[in-house]
Amino acid sequence: MFPRLHFAVCFTAVLGPTLVHTLCPEAVNSSSLIQSLFPGALLNAIMHIFSFRVSDVLVCNETQRVSFWFVVTDPENTSELISGKDVERAVRISRNRINNAFLLTDETLEFLNIPPTLAVPAESGTPPWLIVFGVVIGVVGVGIIALLISSFIQKRRKKGVTEGEEEDCEEEACDKGNGVSHPVEEGADGVNRGFVGDIPFTKL
Amino acid sequence: IVTGEERAKWDNKIQYLLTCIGFAVGLGNVWRFPYLCQTYGGGAFLIPYLIALVFEGLPLLYLELAIGQKLRKGSIGVWNTISPYLGGVGVASMIVSFLVSLFYNTLLAWVLWYFFHSFEEPLPWKECPFESLNKDYTPVNYFWYRKTLNITANIETNGPLQWQIILCLATAWAIVYICFIRGIETIGKAVYITATFPYLVLTIFLIRALTLPGATSGLMYLFTPEWETLKNPKVWLDAATQIFFSLSLAFGGLIAFSSYNPPKNNCEMDALLVGCINSATSLYASIPIFSILGFKAHSDSNNCQYRNILALTNEFDIGDQNITLENYDNWLKDLNGTYADRVARLDLKDCNIESFLEQSASGTGLAFIVFTEAVIEMPGSQVWAVLFFIMLFSLGLSSMFGNLEGVLTPLLDLNMVPKWMPKELFTGLLCVVSFTVALIFTMGSGNYWLEIFNSYVGSVPLLVIAFFEIIAVAYIYGIRRFSCDIEEMTGSKPNIFWQACWTVVSPLMLLVVFVAYVVIQAMEHPTYPAWNPEYVDFPMTEDQPYPDWVFAICVLLSTLPCIPIPIVALYKFIQFTVQKSRREHPGQNPYENDEAKELNVFKLIQC
Repeated sequence: MFPRLHFAVCFTAVLGPTLVHTLCPEAVNSSSLIQSLFPGALLNAIMHIFSFRVSDVLVCNETQRVSFWFVVTDPENTSELISGKDVERAVRISRNRINNAFLLTDETLEFLNIPPTLAVPAESGTPPWLIVFGVVIGVVGVGIIALLISSFIQKRRKKGVTEGEEEDCEEEACDKGNGVSHPVEEGADGVNRGFVGDIPFTKL
Repeated sequence: IVTGEERAKWDNKIQYLLTCIGFAVGLGNVWRFPYLCQTYGGGAFLIPYLIALVFEGLPLLYLELAIGQKLRKGSIGVWNTISPYLGGVGVASMIVSFLVSLFYNTLLAWVLWYFFHSFEEPLPWKECPFESLNKDYTPVNYFWYRKTLNITANIETNGPLQWQIILCLATAWAIVYICFIRGIETIGKAVYITATFPYLVLTIFLIRALTLPGATSGLMYLFTPEWETLKNPKVWLDAATQIFFSLSLAFGGLIAFSSYNPPKNNCEMDALLVGCINSATSLYASIPIFSILGFKAHSDSNNCQYRNILALTNEFDIGDQNITLENYDNWLKDLNGTYADRVARLDLKDCNIESFLEQSASGTGLAFIVFTEAVIEMPGSQVWAVLFFIMLFSLGLSSMFGNLEGVLTPLLDLNMVPKWMPKELFTGLLCVVSFTVALIFTMGSGNYWLEIFNSYVGSVPLLVIAFFEIIAVAYIYGIRRFSCDIEEMTGSKPNIFWQACWTVVSPLMLLVVFVAYVVIQAMEHPTYPAWNPEYVDFPMTEDQPYPDWVFAICVLLSTLPCIPIPIVALYKFIQFTVQKSRREHPGQNPYENDEAKELNVFKLIQC
C-alpha cells in the first residue's frame, strides 16, 4: 500500500490573522521530504485557479502518518488566508494535477471532506452486448435456413428417386396384390422370402 | 409387418452415450450438488448420496434404458404397450417434460444474457452505475436484480415484459431449435460439442482455481466431513431427491433415446456408465467451484480486514502500514485496552473467513451473484466469465435435448403429427409454442414464477411417475419377462441385485422419499425470498409467504402432471366395459391390440 497522505483544509474565510499563529504554533521546519515538497507542489497545482496571486502554503500540525492541515495565504496580505471554500474548489478542480504531482492516486491521497470526482463513464453508441447478440442470432438464423433448405432439397431428390423406382417396378414382375407394391424377393432356393418376417406372428 | 419409414437410429454408440450423459449432466451438477455437499457436512454427504445412487438411481436408470430399448417406443408407447391402463404415465412424463423445458430454457436465456455482457470492459457487474450510487446493494446484486430481471417487489406485481430478456430467450430457443431440428439426427451431432465442452472448461477452471489464494480453505471447508449431519433425516431425503433429479429420471427422455438403439445393445453397461459419470461429474465440478468460492471468501475477508485497519489508522492517526493483517489483533488489543470507547464507536466487523465461507448459495444465486463477484477479482475477468457462461449454456443445452425429446417422441409415436407436416416444421412449432408460453418468465415477477415451477413441477410429479414406472415394469410387465428381454438384448440375465432393487428396494425408497417430501412441504406455509427495496433490512431478501391464489397454482402444478394417470386408466376401463357390453363375444379385452398380441404370444415362451 502506498503511504497515505492525509490532509485537511483547516477552516473558512472567517478567521483572522491571529489564528494563523494559533493554529500553526510551530514554524514550518520541514522535517520530512514530503512536508518540504508539499507546499510548493500544491501551490503549483492550484494557483492557476485563483484569479489573484497566492503566495504560500503553510503546513502545520503534522502527525505520524504523514497527515497534516494546511492553509493558503494571500500574497498581498500574508496574514490573511484564502477562504476554505475557495481552496476546496481549487483542490477539487485540479485534483488530477495534485495527484500527478505526488505520483499518488485518489486512494492514496485523501483530502478530508473533499470527495474525489469520478471520471465520466465511456458511453458507447450501441451497447456491446447487442453486437454479440446480433452476431450469435445471425449465425444461428443462417444455420437454420441452411438446414431447412438442405432438407427440402433432400426431400425433392428422394421424391424423384422413388418415382423412378416405381417405374422400374412396373417393368419387372411386381406383385400388386392388395394394391401394395413390393418387389418379390427371391432367395437362393427359389422360396418367396417376402413373408419371412411375418411367420413368428402368425397364430397357429 | 411394418410399412412406412423405419425408426430413426443413432449414427453410432458414442452419440447415444454422449446424449444420455449430456441429458443427465446439467446445471444441477454444477450449482446444486456443491451447495448440498457444503450444507450437509461436506464429505459426510457423499455417503447418503452414494447409497441413493446405488439403490435408487442406477436401478431406475437401467430400467428406463432397457424398457425403451426393448419396446422401441417413446414414453407413451412403452407404457401403453405394457398395459393400456398405464398410458397415463407416459402422458404425465410428456407434460412434465414440457413444463420443465419452459423454465429450463429461461435459465439458459439468463446465462446467454450474462454471456453477451461478458465481452464488455469493464464487466458491467463490477461497478454500480451512477444512478444507483448511495444505495445499499452491491454492484453484482444490482446487475442481477435490476438490470437483468428488473424484478418486482413481490410475486403479485407482474411488472412489464423485459425486452432484453425476450431477445435472449428467442436466441436460446433458436439455438435449441437448430440442434433439435431433425430430432436425434441433429442432436447426435450437436452433443459431440455440448456434452464434452463442459469437461474441458471445468478442467481449465480446476487448474486456474487451485492456484488462487484461499482455494485450499474453500476446499477444506467443502470436504471436511461432519458426521453429525447424517443423523438429520433431511440429509437423506435431499440426497435421494438430488440423485433422482440429477439423473433426469421419469422425464421420458431416456426412454426415447434408448428406443432408437439397435435391439441388441448392452444397456446394463450403458446405465452404469451414465450413472457413474453423472455422479463423478458432480464431484469433479464441485472442486473448482469451491476453490473459487474459497478464493472469494479469502478476498472478502481481506477487504473487510483492510477496512478495519483503515478505520483504526484514521481514528488514531497511526503511521501508515504500521497495522498489517498479521499484527492487527495485537494492535486491536492494545487500543481496546486504552481507548475502549473510541474503538467501540468504530463498529469494527469480525472478518473471520469462516463467516464468509458460510455465505453459500445455490442455483441462480451461485452463478449470477457469487460467481460473478468472484470473477471480478480474478485477473483476466472477461475470459473467465465468457468460459463460465459458455459452459453453463452447453450443460443446459444438452439437458434441453432430453426434455424436448421427451415431448417429441411420444407425439411422433402416437401419430399425432399429420403426415403432410415435415419433422422440421413440427419441431419448429414446438419451439415457437414453448417460447410463447415461456414469456411469462420474462415479466418483472418472472424469477418468482420460475422458482415455483422449479420447486413444484420438477419434484413431486417425477416421484409419482417413477413409482408407477417401476411398479409397471416389476409387477405388471413381470420381472421374469423383463429379465428374458434383457437376456435377449445384452446376453445375460440381470443378477439378483438388480431384481431385488426393482421389486423391493427402489419402490420402497421412492415411496418413503415421496411421503417424506410431501409431509415436509405440507408442514409449513411456503415462503419465497422477495427483493423488496422497501424492506427494512434491504438488501437482504424478504421472506414473504405465497398468497393463496399463488399457492393454489403451486398445488395445481404438482398435481396436473399426475392427473392423466388415473384419468387414462378410468377412460380405458370405461371403454372396456362399454365394448364388453356391446359385443357378443366374451374375451374381448383392451389387450387386443397388435402389440399386446405379441406380448401374449411371447408369454408362453420360456427363455
